[in-house]
Amino acid sequence: MSSKRSLRRQFLKNGAALAGFAAGAISSGSTTLFAADTPSAGAKDLHAYGERSRFENDVRIGSLALWPIVPGSRRDYGFRSPLQDSIGIITPAPLHFIISHGHEPPDIDPREHGVMIHGMVDRTLIFSLDEIKRLPSVSRLHFLECHGNSAAAGITGEPRKVPSATVQDTHGLTSCSVWTGVPLSLLLGQVGVQKGASWIVAEGAETGKHTKSIPLEKAMDDCLVAYGQNGEALRPEQGYPLRLLVPGWQGINNVKWLRRIYVVDQPYMAMMESTKYPSARLDGKSRWFESEMGPKSVITRPSGGQQLSAHGFYEITGLAWSGGGAIRRVEVSVDGGRSWKDAQLQQPIAPKAHTRFGLSWTWNGEEVMLESRCTDDQGHVQPTLAELTKFWGVDADYFRLPPTTADMGNFNAIQPWKVSRDGSVSNALF
Amino acid sequence: MRYSSFLPALAVFGLAACSAAFAQAPGYSNLGRTPSKEEIQAWNQSIGPQGKELPPGSGTAKQGEEIFASKCAACHGANGEGSQLAPRLVGGRGPLNTPTPSRTLANYWPFATTIWDYINRAMPPKQEGSLSGSDIYALTAFILYRNDIIPEGQVLDAASLPKVKMPNRDGFIPDRLEDIHSLRARGCNAGHCP
Repeated sequence: MSSKRSLRRQFLKNGAALAGFAAGAISSGSTTLFAADTPSAGAKDLHAYGERSRFENDVRIGSLALWPIVPGSRRDYGFRSPLQDSIGIITPAPLHFIISHGHEPPDIDPREHGVMIHGMVDRTLIFSLDEIKRLPSVSRLHFLECHGNSAAAGITGEPRKVPSATVQDTHGLTSCSVWTGVPLSLLLGQVGVQKGASWIVAEGAETGKHTKSIPLEKAMDDCLVAYGQNGEALRPEQGYPLRLLVPGWQGINNVKWLRRIYVVDQPYMAMMESTKYPSARLDGKSRWFESEMGPKSVITRPSGGQQLSAHGFYEITGLAWSGGGAIRRVEVSVDGGRSWKDAQLQQPIAPKAHTRFGLSWTWNGEEVMLESRCTDDQGHVQPTLAELTKFWGVDADYFRLPPTTADMGNFNAIQPWKVSRDGSVSNALF
Repeated sequence: MRYSSFLPALAVFGLAACSAAFAQAPGYSNLGRTPSKEEIQAWNQSIGPQGKELPPGSGTAKQGEEIFASKCAACHGANGEGSQLAPRLVGGRGPLNTPTPSRTLANYWPFATTIWDYINRAMPPKQEGSLSGSDIYALTAFILYRNDIIPEGQVLDAASLPKVKMPNRDGFIPDRLEDIHSLRARGCNAGHCP
């Protein structure tokens, strides 16, 4: 473990303590109700553009702890969102997870930006950003998730396996936003898709020009060409000024800095989709284009690295989502999966979006194992680790292997958190 | 009787005329600009497995060796063995039916056209687009030759590159993705496609 990582641990520990996850806070008599409204010396004037309180200091963290980025060295590709202190279902854009395959956001002048749609179409057209904004817009709640999120095998598996892993380490490669833009089907309708076309190839404008093949059926179904996120323009690291949104599917599909859509009759087998994202099976075959993310849930409080400070009442709360549709049910177990109780689902419950759940619970000081499992409106239930290993034809030891090249995506096993007698919470996947 | 049937018709007509002013499809059919042929060509960088977008030009491993030394070796190693900065391009062959399969270019990549496409769009970092079509054919030939996938003297061009069969072409399921657009039809369940 690098010293950077240790520092980060220290920081997270302090952060968890600061967050005041404690029954004590409720009964505390020392709370200051009224503070003087004089700004502290040297504070920025926040009337024109706001900032969060100086007491709020959650940040994204690199998946491999190889950050900050040092030019000329190996670097982090993925940056995880701090789910442990997430509130509700919207991820603030500055904390939304990032994966850009090592490419930095291009500096795009929105007045110069457009997206070309060509290939098997009646009319090749370039739509400027301004023109896209003139079209009827829609806003939809959707999660994004890296296919490697919460995966135990693979290069990012190690930090998620250790007992000290936080929910940011285990599940931080998902986030949820209100996305605003134009249905891709509308733009495809404008260019006139020709008979025989069956796939699109979407391309970004960054160095490396990330490319992804997507079935036309999905493109015409619910994909968005989005320019807005949570009421503002996309952030540069989220694809400013334009990105593709492919709801419920692996993050790799959601091409950022979108500049081109090529209508074709077969998948184009770009580098990422054909060589990096397939999941290898033990028989030597690989699954590729897995696309849809399965039903998944995780308890965010109490979760790994947090500390219960006293016996008594807590709400167990977390997030559930599914690429197949809306979350219909979340169950919570406090006895390691022997018995389950239905959690309350908070509104809004949108298809292919994070859904917040909660269950009232009283901790009596015993060691307990907290778990959650969700069911979506297709009837798909989040699997146990045992069910998942059976599906993959491996045993659980496979996931205990050191970081390997067997990068198995779409890992959605139930996540257990162990609450020890001293109130500490730790990762208990293994 | 006549009037009573005429009046509603007029009302409907009036409504239709009114909404036509806001009608959607015709209303925004003027949006979007038609690019020139040259513009389309300049923007289109996608090379599919059939290679129909591949440009003219050609190259051999011998020509590629020199370009590799000056443009690629600094990160990928003098013999394509890889480094902390860039993946291995030569070697790494071995069985895939293990918990630690080697997912190198030679051992794993299903299509040779992907090599051309990726060099063209992404390499070398910060100098993307600096290599000519022939340079890229030559580099592709060099990498494939060093991996014993093509003979040293083979000329790669738009016709020959798509015909190169990569060792792991048949290692993916489902084999013919283009036939199966629907996830449900692929038998996906709980996020996994068997």
